[in-house]
Amino acid sequence: MAKKKTLKNDDIDEKKRLELYNSQYLIRVAEQRAYDLFLENLVKGTSHLSLGQEAIAAGFATAMQENDKSFCTYRGHAHTLARGASVVGVLGELMQRDCGLMRGKGGSMHLTDTSKGVMGSYAIIGAHLPMAVGSAWRAQYMGHDDVATVFFGDGTTNIGAFHEALNYAVVYKLPVVFVCENNNYMEYTPIESITAVKNPAADRASAYGLDSIIIDGNDADEVYRTAQAAYSKARSGEGPSLIECKTYRQSGHSRADPGAYRPDGELDHWKKNNDPITRYRSRLIEFGVKKKIIDDIEENVKRLVDEATEEAKSSPVPPEDILTTNVYANGGWAWRN
Amino acid sequence: MAQLTYREAVAAGIAQEMERDETVAFIGEDVARAGGVFKATVGLFDKFGPKRVIDTPISEQAILGAAMGAAMTGMRPIAEIMFSDFLAVCWDFVANEMSKSRYMSDGQLKCPLVVRTGNGGGSRFGAQHSQSIENWAMAIPGIKVVAPSTPADVKGLLAASIRDEDPVIFFEHKSLYAIKGEVPEGEHVDTLGTAKVVRPGKDATIVALALMVPRAIQAADKLMTDHGIDVEVVDIRTLVPLDMKTISSSVAKTGRLFTVEENPRLCGWGAEIVSIVVDELFWDLDGPAVRITTPHIPLPAADNLEDITIPSVDRIYSKILDVLR
Ligand SMILES: Cc1ncc(C[n+]2csc(CCOP(=O)(O)OP(=O)(O)O)c2C)c(N)n1
Ligand SMILES: [Mg+2]
Repeated sequence: MAKKKTLKNDDIDEKKRLELYNSQYLIRVAEQRAYDLFLENLVKGTSHLSLGQEAIAAGFATAMQENDKSFCTYRGHAHTLARGASVVGVLGELMQRDCGLMRGKGGSMHLTDTSKGVMGSYAIIGAHLPMAVGSAWRAQYMGHDDVATVFFGDGTTNIGAFHEALNYAVVYKLPVVFVCENNNYMEYTPIESITAVKNPAADRASAYGLDSIIIDGNDADEVYRTAQAAYSKARSGEGPSLIECKTYRQSGHSRADPGAYRPDGELDHWKKNNDPITRYRSRLIEFGVKKKIIDDIEENVKRLVDEATEEAKSSPVPPEDILTTNVYANGGWAWRN
Repeated sequence: MAQLTYREAVAAGIAQEMERDETVAFIGEDVARAGGVFKATVGLFDKFGPKRVIDTPISEQAILGAAMGAAMTGMRPIAEIMFSDFLAVCWDFVANEMSKSRYMSDGQLKCPLVVRTGNGGGSRFGAQHSQSIENWAMAIPGIKVVAPSTPADVKGLLAASIRDEDPVIFFEHKSLYAIKGEVPEGEHVDTLGTAKVVRPGKDATIVALALMVPRAIQAADKLMTDHGIDVEVVDIRTLVPLDMKTISSSVAKTGRLFTVEENPRLCGWGAEIVSIVVDELFWDLDGPAVRITTPHIPLPAADNLEDITIPSVDRIYSKILDVLR
């Protein structure tokens, strides 16, 4: 009989595993809450959720060190939370309240918390890849040991900035990790119908002299291990990595997108057979983690998100006098005397 | 007359021209099967098929470059750039390429194409999805710039833009997509370079564009009701070519000029109009020409902040009242 896996014979210890679970679970509950708040008309504007993609954010953030930098897309709530940004700050920003990370000035697509290394979320496709390259250049130039990670979707591999950023990073051997979250869709269009190759990121890697790396993005352990390897490569001066994570977006592209473009049964299939949280929970149990410990994590997360929701709801809308602050470095907006 | 929404008028305008002219084809992100993220092109894919209505990758440079290459060699492509903010990603094709090829080739090359794009604020989308960038486009010699405010104008001016021999940037206002209005039945083609007096008046002239037109009309109505001030509203409709005749004859009649602009203040289109009026109609003016604009700041996401940023009916009303009193 095969020996039951124990935590001892595994390279990821129980503490890390619980951290990975906690992070994924927090993202799940917070994103579900964001959706509910949207239905209550408390989240204005747009929002792009990472339901189903939690393992990627959790796996990378858990492998990062504190001074590492994250560059996110508009689908950035998960990565911002995974770096430890306050839940009140995130939900408050989605609700455009004064307690929001950016006091309602940026909104859902631009979550930023530099105190946690989240160097912003960007809504113009491709823009943040060269920025991450620049952060890595600064680290190399100034002898810092941080690595920049840039998260983007499958669709983003078709914009010029993706290709320019990769080539540039390789040429200068910069400490940057490019993470493609391949969720099969560019908005409403299946990615394979608009991309020359099957694996939109990995199949382009060879063009830039990089290894083709494809991983199961719904397996937090695999993500975590891959991230660790990429970070140690980057920190030892060996240059960038490009990692394609296969995953699936369980929510709409944005807001109330009903996902009419999905083939019948596809969403159910992923939810039932390949949900990162369900999978990870069973693995914890399989590895002998006590159910009570898992329950406690879940209870704590739910309480945290409930409390954050209440706090955000009771926060006022931003005061009007911040409208013209921080346009320029002197704190104001004056352009003439 | 048929009642159409502004977004339906977009599809109707494109369909009318595609039916008439085989060389018209339409490309953009999620424009075909999904009918566009603003649902402005619903039905075109079913009607014209995948050869003429095409979902592209997220490749704005390739979209505009390809539209340009096709236009130079005999087609009349329509390219969608989903949000006007994204035009910055492919601005080379607007600023250096399609606008200059006719001139640089001394007339050998032409680029009869239309770039349709969702412009403007009001959706709480924040600083990278809400801008009014018509003034960026207006600053470039060689392209035409259109921004309709009603469904009828959408259809008629879009048709005119598709038929035009020059590249046209066609700004559709995101906050107007849902409005309804009468659109003439049958073929409807308008004329670029013609402004319209949409509310006659004698005491002052407001010149407005796109979303600012209905707001200006409401403010004018309120000024009439509350104070008997009779304001004329001119919808510019196309910034290039600019119909100064209509604007000037209105200002000559009323003696007062206000512009209502959604673009941020510096170098907004109103500055150009004011400078022309000051130059050519100085002695007709009975007081200063005044610009009402979005301030010189990026757009905030929060609804209460966005609402005090873009000129509102109240702000237009109070400003005009202040100045005229
Ligand atoms: C330059 C630019 N073009 C188009 C868009 C509109 N847009 C927003 S998200 C998106 C799809 C991105 O797909 P993908 O990269 O796969 O990321 P996902 O949303 O699936 O996470 C598009 C086309 C944009 N924001 N910026
Ligand atoms: Mg995608």
